[in-house]
Amino acid sequence: MTATRTALQTAPLLRLEGVTKVFGGATTALDGMSLAVRDGEFLSLLGPSGCGKSTALRLIAGLSQPTRGRIRWREGAEAALGVVFQEPTLAPWSTVFDNVWLPLRLRGVGRGVARAQVEESLASVGLEGFAKAYPRELSGGMKMRVSIARAMVTRPKLLLMDEPFAALDEITRFKLNDDVLALQARLGCTVVFVTHSVFESVFLSGRVVVMAARPGRVVEEIAVEAPARRDDAFRTAPEYAAQCRRVSDALKNAMAQA
Amino acid sequence: MSAPADIGRAAARSLPLDAEEAARARRARRERVGAVALPLLVVGGTILLWHWFVTAYAVPHYILPGPGRVVSQLVEDWDVLFGALLVTLKITLLALATAVLVGGGLAVLFSLSRWVEMSFFPYAVILQVTPIVSIAPLIFIYVESPTAGLLICAWIVAFFPILSNTTLGLRSVDHNLDDLFTIYGATRWQRLRHLQAPSALPYFLGGLRIAGGLSLIGAIVAEYVAGSTGTNGGLAFRILEASYRLNIPRMFAALLLIALAGVAIFAATALLQWLALRRWHESAVRRER
Ligand SMILES: Nc1ncnc2c1ncn2[C@@H]1O[C@H](COP(=O)(O)OP(=O)(O)OP(=O)(O)O)[C@@H](O)[C@H]1O
Ligand SMILES: [Mg+2]
Repeated sequence: MTATRTALQTAPLLRLEGVTKVFGGATTALDGMSLAVRDGEFLSLLGPSGCGKSTALRLIAGLSQPTRGRIRWREGAEAALGVVFQEPTLAPWSTVFDNVWLPLRLRGVGRGVARAQVEESLASVGLEGFAKAYPRELSGGMKMRVSIARAMVTRPKLLLMDEPFAALDEITRFKLNDDVLALQARLGCTVVFVTHSVFESVFLSGRVVVMAARPGRVVEEIAVEAPARRDDAFRTAPEYAAQCRRVSDALKNAMAQA
Repeated sequence: MSAPADIGRAAARSLPLDAEEAARARRARRERVGAVALPLLVVGGTILLWHWFVTAYAVPHYILPGPGRVVSQLVEDWDVLFGALLVTLKITLLALATAVLVGGGLAVLFSLSRWVEMSFFPYAVILQVTPIVSIAPLIFIYVESPTAGLLICAWIVAFFPILSNTTLGLRSVDHNLDDLFTIYGATRWQRLRHLQAPSALPYFLGGLRIAGGLSLIGAIVAEYVAGSTGTNGGLAFRILEASYRLNIPRMFAALLLIALAGVAIFAATALLQWLALRRWHESAVRRER
């Protein structure tokens, strides 16, 4: 992404400094993780199951506190956060509109005032006609789009995504990958994306952070070289395949170490 | 980005049904008719059998009145029995309303504070497991007004299912949604209003359906216990009174009214449940396969 270049001169958006998380005094989910998240970048956390990817995201989201180490946000950047979970996590009793309105509603923005923003957010994920539908009337991919629209409606500086497309078929996943990239390019937000797909991580990110399990830790950071536009041509390009192999090898290494 | 293919139902409806769908539609239609017709048929058959038995064996009406006799008795005693029905229904509905208020309110309180729940939930259980017939005589001794006594008895029976169901419901919140509320800095009130209350609604309505029937039972049982001291004369009181006079047809007529009231309460709560949940809850939505 072009945004990574412009961001280098400023302080990182947030920084994990030797973050350790121990559950129940026994399970070390994360061991001394250090990471800087820069403005406007697309960063992937890649690793085998149980390496602490979700734990890291929850720590960044402020849903739990590190056992040791700390997470430092750049002055004034903390509040603007959007999250997409592995499941769409929509309120089944609310329409699509009300689900997307929720973050604004919790900040005291009324329905009328929020309408334009909610509709714009729905349009940006291609769901303009579905404001009145209930989640149960949508397909899995459409529910995920609603979840993304909800995360984007507050115009967050940082978007956290925890294996958002893991449950979807490959065609839908490719489509949503394209959509997320387009959305990020348009809104210029920073994305931290958790996945255990090598191909997805290379396709999407400027930087892939490879993690290993037991205890969860960062083993390698790999910068991805890519054209300005990542599209189907990139998906089939030899450079893409080569970088996938590099990341895949790093992942194999990480798993051998564990 | 393009919109996903429109799955609008209106468009689908104008297309001809395939064989599987047509068969399913036929089956659904048959089931809808059957759901009404079969119970009516069974009731009709039972009444005919009853009538036949009474006439064929010339059973005297002071032992077993025929269905015709019961209905004519109901018409004859309408003023007395309808008045009694109103008295019983008033107790029942008041008890149900109080059960909803107190049961629901306590459940909210419990969800706000684990400490309150730990302190008071055991008492709710004790109240529930102690048979009402054994507490009722005490209540009628301590409580001056018979109406208040009846109300308390019916309420004790009805409130527990609402309390326990709603407590469970308020706690069955999707964890990820809960996290989302935390991320967006929701207040305690917002969480209760926009997350816990809707999650608990299906549970609450399930509790209400049980409580509706129980409050009628509680009211009737309390009237029996109150006996002649309950001078307000509900349906159970009329049944007792008729039994002293060996007026069997009137006992049957009163029984019929109680059963009808129970069915009406059940139907009303079921309708309420359907109305509240039909748009989104798995229990109420029609599945399209
Ligand atoms: N709340 C918790 N209590 C106890 N242990 C936990 C808790 N959450 C996570 N863990 C443990 O921490 C480790 C890391 O879990 P985490 O969910 O972060 O892994 P992950 O990388 O997201 O895995 P996956 O790809 O399967 O989602 C695991 O060993 C898990 O058992
Ligand atoms: Mg995870």
